[in-house]
Amino acid sequence: MKRFLALFRKNKATGKRNSYLILGCIFTGVILLMVLIGIFYMPYSPTKMDASSKLQGFSFRHWMGTDHMGRDVLSRVMYGSRVTLAIAASTIVIGAGLGTIIGALTGYFGGIFDEISMRIIDAMLAFPSILLSLVFVSLFGTGTYQVAVALGISFVPSFARIVRGEFLRSKNMDYVEVARLQGVSDLRIIFVHILPNTVGVLMSSIMIGFNNAVLAEAGLSFLGIGAQPPYASLGNMLSDAQSYLFNRPSYVISIGVVIVIMVLGFSFLSEGIKRISNY
Amino acid sequence: MRYILKKVLSMVLTLFVVSLCVFLAFSLIPGDPVTRMFGTEATPELIAQYREKMGLNDPLLVRYFRWFTSFIQGDMGTSYDYKIPVAGMIAEKIPITLTLAIMSFVIMVLISIPLGIYIAKHENGIMDHIISILNQIIMSIPPFFSGILITFFFGVILRVFKPGGFVSYTKDFGAFIKYLILPAVAIALPKAAMATKLLRGSVIEEAGKDYTRTAYSRGNTTNAVLYLHVLKNAMIPVVTFMGMALADMVAGSIVIEQVFGIPGISRILLTSINNRDYPVVEAIIMGIAIMVLVINLLVDIIYRIIDPRIEVEE
Repeated sequence: MKRFLALFRKNKATGKRNSYLILGCIFTGVILLMVLIGIFYMPYSPTKMDASSKLQGFSFRHWMGTDHMGRDVLSRVMYGSRVTLAIAASTIVIGAGLGTIIGALTGYFGGIFDEISMRIIDAMLAFPSILLSLVFVSLFGTGTYQVAVALGISFVPSFARIVRGEFLRSKNMDYVEVARLQGVSDLRIIFVHILPNTVGVLMSSIMIGFNNAVLAEAGLSFLGIGAQPPYASLGNMLSDAQSYLFNRPSYVISIGVVIVIMVLGFSFLSEGIKRISNY
Repeated sequence: MRYILKKVLSMVLTLFVVSLCVFLAFSLIPGDPVTRMFGTEATPELIAQYREKMGLNDPLLVRYFRWFTSFIQGDMGTSYDYKIPVAGMIAEKIPITLTLAIMSFVIMVLISIPLGIYIAKHENGIMDHIISILNQIIMSIPPFFSGILITFFFGVILRVFKPGGFVSYTKDFGAFIKYLILPAVAIALPKAAMATKLLRGSVIEEAGKDYTRTAYSRGNTTNAVLYLHVLKNAMIPVVTFMGMALADMVAGSIVIEQVFGIPGISRILLTSINNRDYPVVEAIIMGIAIMVLVINLLVDIIYRIIDPRIEVEE
């Protein structure tokens, strides 16, 4: 605990502070706290409409105002952030999980299976990520779960690439040779011996990937093919709010700011973690 | 020459894999296209008749080659919903999306190269710090939100931009370009931020190398060293990034077109996805894929021109 807290203080030797880590923790903390509280308590129901209070500004009753149907924006943001984070998390679980398995097997065994899957992965990586997820969404249909799966699959190639590279590097190292001589099975070498050594590389790509997943989800639901109404994710709400840019600009801007804080928080956090060794 | 040939071959191979994947994916999803075309009016006889007519009873690979050969000849099939050829539907939209992507690219280059060189030259100066922080923020703003902010700033506060006032390029080309400037800025900003950061780092790294010291010791001025020696090497990673960025911009314009109400391919793509109008989706995805692959090929060729060492390495 003491060592953990020391990460946030000024380094006595260099007199510098890891401000990326601090800001990252604050931003992510705010978002996570809001989502956590939202699970147990929300000021209003995120779908409850109220015709008498449409498009109100910030007030004590509605901290972030109300939308065009009189729904409380703060409650909807709490709910929407949860949806966005959940989709981003499952994207990473699917993408990193499948990607690791494919990368590990192809990198370790090589051969014709490796050649074929690398061709397909190269073809997929040649696609811009938003287009790739649109392809999968059009295959699976629109909706929250479909988008999570679609995004997950479109994240597989980059993870597979990274893990494959790591396996190619390690598979002829001495410790693997020794394990092989001792008669350890291939699968055990892959998952027990080599995989733990790729965790460092994998973790940093997971951090970056999570950020991209939040952005991709927001982008897709902004286009109207993510979470379906009346429930919403942040991108969905932003797209709703855009129509009222002239009536109530604070609505659209506040939702955009939540997305930016979320993305900025995670990117600061990953930068900060990367820099821990430098401070 | 061998290098270029190799790249062209690899592009053709990738295109082949992409088209096969796209075709298989859309053929394997549940749902019969004929039933989909006729909806409730479908009778078993009608379905059987049309399945035969459209060749749906042939083996998958035969259908693939038929689809692929007619696709490259410009016949992209017929839309389920509009019952008109897909090629005509997207032909008039592609120039809009392409113009938007190219404009974004030009804006990105115009912002990032001078700025990157400037802050690299004044490393750790006040401007360097300000721009580094700004970069970090801009990179975290998704383009659709920066698009909304730009609409708000120029449309609501300054009132110099009329959202939704799109003019087609066939009517008034000048007004068309003028309307696209702000959307292009929205697409370009995050990419410009990344390119600036990359160029700064790359120039600083090259400036620390031995050849730079040699160039200085021969009595060159800072500017001569920078523009005649350092920049040529520092640009190499930036060119790669910009190539990838251009490909991203083609796809990124899908979202921005939606923000600014531009009737490019984005609108057809989204309605077709929602209505499961697969021939249209297939054609647009293949179209964008071809654009992206051609861009990648061009980048590889340009890369080879500015860095002749590549061929030796391979």
